[in-house]
Amino acid sequence: MTAFVLRRLLQALLVMFVVGFIAFALFNFVGDPVSLMLPPEATEADRAAMRAMLGLDQPFYAQFATFLANAMHGNFGISLRLGRPVADLILERLPATLELSFIATLIGLAAGIPLGVYTALKPNSWLSRFLLAASLVGVSLPNFLIGIFLILIFAVWLGWLPSFGRGDVVHLGWWTTGFLTVSGLKALILPSITLGFFPLTIVMRLVRAEMLEVLRTDYVKFARARGLTERAINFHHALKNTLVPVITIVGLQLGGIIAFAIITETVFQWPGMGLLFVQAIQFADIPIMAAYLCLVGLIFVVINLAVDLLYVVVDPRLRVERPAGAH
Amino acid sequence: MTTKRTFHAAVLAAAALAFTVAQAATLRWSSQGDVTTMDPHANNEGFTNGFLDQIYETLVTRGKTLAIEPSLATSWERVNPTTTRFKLRPNVKFHDGTPFSADDVVFSFQRALADTSNYKTYLAGVKEARKVDDLTVDVITEGPAPVLLPQLTEVRIMSRAWCTAHNVTKPQDYRNKEETYAVRNANGTGPYMLKSREADVKTVAVANPGWWGKREGNVDEMVYMPIKSDSTRLSALLSGEIDFVLDPPVQDLPRLKENKSVKVVEGMENRTIFFGMDQARDELLYSNVKGKNPFKDARVRQAMQLAIDTAAIQKQVMRGLSVPTAVMFAPQVDGYPKDLDHPVKPDVARAKKLLADAGYPQGFEVTLDCPNNRYVNDEKICVAAAAMLAKINVKVRVNAMPRAMWGPKTQNRDTSMYMLGWGVPTFDSQYALQSLIRTHVPKTADGDYNLGGYSNPKVDEAVDKLKTEVDPAKRARLAREASEIHMKDVGHIPLHFQMIPWAMRANVSVIHRADNRLTVKWVRVQ
Repeated sequence: MTAFVLRRLLQALLVMFVVGFIAFALFNFVGDPVSLMLPPEATEADRAAMRAMLGLDQPFYAQFATFLANAMHGNFGISLRLGRPVADLILERLPATLELSFIATLIGLAAGIPLGVYTALKPNSWLSRFLLAASLVGVSLPNFLIGIFLILIFAVWLGWLPSFGRGDVVHLGWWTTGFLTVSGLKALILPSITLGFFPLTIVMRLVRAEMLEVLRTDYVKFARARGLTERAINFHHALKNTLVPVITIVGLQLGGIIAFAIITETVFQWPGMGLLFVQAIQFADIPIMAAYLCLVGLIFVVINLAVDLLYVVVDPRLRVERPAGAH
Repeated sequence: MTTKRTFHAAVLAAAALAFTVAQAATLRWSSQGDVTTMDPHANNEGFTNGFLDQIYETLVTRGKTLAIEPSLATSWERVNPTTTRFKLRPNVKFHDGTPFSADDVVFSFQRALADTSNYKTYLAGVKEARKVDDLTVDVITEGPAPVLLPQLTEVRIMSRAWCTAHNVTKPQDYRNKEETYAVRNANGTGPYMLKSREADVKTVAVANPGWWGKREGNVDEMVYMPIKSDSTRLSALLSGEIDFVLDPPVQDLPRLKENKSVKVVEGMENRTIFFGMDQARDELLYSNVKGKNPFKDARVRQAMQLAIDTAAIQKQVMRGLSVPTAVMFAPQVDGYPKDLDHPVKPDVARAKKLLADAGYPQGFEVTLDCPNNRYVNDEKICVAAAAMLAKINVKVRVNAMPRAMWGPKTQNRDTSMYMLGWGVPTFDSQYALQSLIRTHVPKTADGDYNLGGYSNPKVDEAVDKLKTEVDPAKRARLAREASEIHMKDVGHIPLHFQMIPWAMRANVSVIHRADNRLTVKWVRVQ
């Protein structure tokens, strides 16, 4: 087990290293931050001096080496756009992204599972057909379009909800939360629905497919033969058995939700890491981009690692060979 | 009795009305990007400068017509060709209560000239500021410095005591991996005081009760909230969550104008959009013509100009939001030659003949480097021009790219044809002529943005005289002379001056500025 974990950790480190290396190689193509930091009338000498000051005159592998060396010391540099330490900026934005992602996942589960069960149990009702058609739209409609529609309806036409921002937040140590204020909760509604729409449709379709599968199995037929209530059969026996793959998928999706919150955050000016990253791209703010990409790499690596470890714990077959050698 | 009471009631009502009208208001405004720093000598970027003008002040400033007006200096005189003496405004206090004096001016000039400052260009030609007494400062220049006053409108004055106390006597050095105090805190003398700052979320400033001047507007609190997405920014304006948008998307203006709850104010920006062509190399970098450079031939450049219909671009691409032009700087700029500014009428037949005469009857191919997020409709203009040039068989490949890539590519002169837009913060023609059409001299401001390498000794002579001439009439004559020669040479192809629309709620009145800066002290919210 320890060897397995160590092996996976080493692989994870390698993945992070490769992510960072590729990212730095790509930074050559995002443009030159100096041209945005200096006025158009700056002389060539000014620009060269600035480039040297930022270390941009070095080849990318040298820049990468410097970045690695500094990152080991927990130093990710200073944002070129905002003139503040990158680590501080990312820590400030992290709560916004995590809260949004959490609520979006919750929406995905809380709505996706019952809808999935319903469409599986009543496959021929018109509501099921409608939901299935709508879920196809949800899978194929780009995120930002859903966001724009929601803003148009609920902010511009009805005026019920804010169109942008996070509302008032409460500081709890370094963490900021929008859960404790009315404006914070109101601000959360539209972005989390937008971000939660895709996982919702995935969960719904997955639960439906699994339910249909399980309902055909012998033990469900047997349960029915024993005269158990439909309710007990559907929710106690059938649904429980469909949830294992659902949890796996949701776990994997969570990384995706955090990473792809970028678009939702941009549409709603949600002050999370994704928005920070988008603005960094436009400004060629290399320190932010590097740190963000590594962080997202880390999130994916950690989630994958956790899922792998969970499999070992959950699935006895993966454990069988090992004790034989150990004893 | 009754009449008397009615009269009283009327007076009261009127008073109440007057009170509501004059009542202090909050202005919530937005544009797509945030102010990058509160340090007034760190990031010389147009929007940041405009924002900091609410908090920090300069010796001289621009009034509603953009004319130079007294600010922290009440008067000035030229003592000798290299010395200008400024009398400072008495009884001015910084936001933290410390009094403003000559020491702060001397200090701020030193800070703006520090090696980590991005504002050295505004003090080009300035040696130092020297204290004469507490309320008098001499600014020593290397030469006669005819554009000193316009330059000084961008040199913001900080408090020496405050900067010393917080260890920010120099602008941020990116090599020190630390945030400096001045990045998120501000202490100026201006009409608004920074109250809170959350980057990319919200920056709040409140009226400075001890300000020396009189605010003509009624905004006692301004909240700036950047919104990156165009559609969201507009939605927030329509839903009333914000009162003012500095940069409404052009394609949405017709829709906005139909909406009664908002209004659009348009004005001309002092920015000229033009195409440049590489006339320096013996062979173009990005063309199918080998062994020679078609743009070296004035007839080819003229043919290109005759093929481009600036009126059609104004109508089709800009939807009226531009003023076609034939000169390189805008009417608000001192020295603008009005009599020369007749946009060239397109003439495809003549253009074809000129091309044939120059030896390119079959036309040629060239790549046009064009930004796609820098100017209003930048990429669309390039595409439209390419279609027009196709009519004379010049095949233009539009290479549209984001600002962060287009900037360095063109500035490194790695281009055969490019789009550029030039604004004139000094409102003086020298700024445009020296950078854009004077022969390039590396490591100086001469021709530093003459990216195609246009060169004519007569133009150089006129521009060099401009650098030291102080008489306005003579300066205008020199600017006209240089412009006329350049126009005959078709050194560049000017397209238009761009218009800038501002959008706001119907109850907000503002004064539009050609430099695209919102002056909050003039804003009224009813």
